[in-house]
Amino acid sequence: MELRLAGLHHGYGNIEVLRGIDLDIPAGRIVCIVGPSGCGKSTLLRLIGGLERPERGEVVQTGAPPPGCLNPLTYIFQDFALLPWRTVEGNVRLVLEDHGFGRAETAGIVDDVLARTRLSEFRAAFPRQLSGGMKQRVAVARALAVSPAFLLMDEPLSALDAQTRELLLDDLVDLWTRERFSGVYVTHNLREAVRLGHRVVLLSRRPGTVREILEIDLPLDARAGHAPELEAHRSRLWQLLRDEAHAADVELVDG
Amino acid sequence: MPLMWNWSMAERSDRGRPVAFRGGGFSPRPLGVVGPLVFIAVLAFWEAGCRTGLIPPLVLPAPSEALAALAHLVETGLLWKHLGASLQRLLVGWTLGTLLGIAVGFSIGLFSLARAGLAPVVAAIFPIPKIALLPLFVVWFGIGEGSKVATILFGTFFPTVVATYGGVDNVDRNLIRMGQSFGLSWLSIVRKIILPGALPAILPGFRISAAIAIVLLVAAEMIGAEFGVGAYILLAGSLMALDELLAGVAILSVMGLTVNWLIARLERFLLRWRT
Repeated sequence: MELRLAGLHHGYGNIEVLRGIDLDIPAGRIVCIVGPSGCGKSTLLRLIGGLERPERGEVVQTGAPPPGCLNPLTYIFQDFALLPWRTVEGNVRLVLEDHGFGRAETAGIVDDVLARTRLSEFRAAFPRQLSGGMKQRVAVARALAVSPAFLLMDEPLSALDAQTRELLLDDLVDLWTRERFSGVYVTHNLREAVRLGHRVVLLSRRPGTVREILEIDLPLDARAGHAPELEAHRSRLWQLLRDEAHAADVELVDG
Repeated sequence: MPLMWNWSMAERSDRGRPVAFRGGGFSPRPLGVVGPLVFIAVLAFWEAGCRTGLIPPLVLPAPSEALAALAHLVETGLLWKHLGASLQRLLVGWTLGTLLGIAVGFSIGLFSLARAGLAPVVAAIFPIPKIALLPLFVVWFGIGEGSKVATILFGTFFPTVVATYGGVDNVDRNLIRMGQSFGLSWLSIVRKIILPGALPAILPGFRISAAIAIVLLVAAEMIGAEFGVGAYILLAGSLMALDELLAGVAILSVMGLTVNWLIARLERFLLRWRT
């Protein structure tokens, strides 16, 4: 299953947020979307997953989702979006309850995804007892439970401290190496983008348009050893982004 | 370098002193014994005043006399009759008012049409003291149980509606988006995300509505009731039997405390996921 964005336009009131976005999102790879703050990255992700309706243009899904897929387009949110009144296990079970599985089948899936995210021993904990990094791992487990075709990640590491971010970034690389999922990863952090992206899409400041598309051919699990190469990509992106970011920074919010 | 010189001089002259502590305070400590102690002291002072004749018995009977009146109530078995009648009215009126209130509060919170149509009506009727409507309820529902239950029902309904739709409005929209993004059904989102998310606002509403219900209970029982704590107090008052009146008031206080304790238990159970 692949996604194609064709001529996406979107705005709020009379503020134009996205203008003419054309983009192909292939299967089995991670596309990172970066851009200055307020450029509509997160809006774009909400449009891709159908949480918002574009003013013009469309998001087209080609090919069928893989068999056994319960929720083809699955989000991982910046604020984790865990239900505080449910335990780790309950939060994962939430997304399975509407699919009419038996008790044993549900328990099997829950056990499996908790094991894959190394959360098995924390299954009875409530979100308030967990650190930010653990909460995000619960959100990853919940996303894996519905075997998505695409993971749509909205700045999943931005609410975490630098060390936790580093650990979770490695987790995501491991996860991709094992599962080869397709992903769209929105971030303002260029380092994360060059670590995780097979393709990095740079958006201009508002109204967001595709400014540049960068392909990074290094395999994800080999990137840790190629720091200089990644750094070159990062600094090239920063050169492109810098003026846009500065201009976006001095803009009035409701201007 | 005068600064360096000063510093080394200071170091030589004294070995430094600890920085003075200036945090602390502004956080109440639990002092368990003080509450009961004040209570006992007031009662003792009151009793002593009555015994010595400082307080004339016509103005205020001694606590021991009120206690005797209470004991008499227990002996004659009238206590259970009064209390039973009152609790039944309270329970029926409050439960119906609360259930209806939650249902209407949810409709206002969830459906634009209900909000546009009902919210102004609720806002208009909420501030009316329901005691003022009591004669109207007597005309509508008769002088028996109907008018009394209706008064309590009405009184608890409106605060519950307001608390409920306020709670629904305050549920984290990101959690609802999350539910939608995982393809949860509408009913699942309401049951598993909005209902528990609104509970922290609904349960404190219970406290308010229970307090209102007790006030209205006493008022309603002052019209055409044979039994009930309110009827007992009214009768005692009109006979100038102040000891019985005080006994009745003490029963009301215990009733209020018990209801509050039950709601606190319920809150602790239902909201145990909170810190």
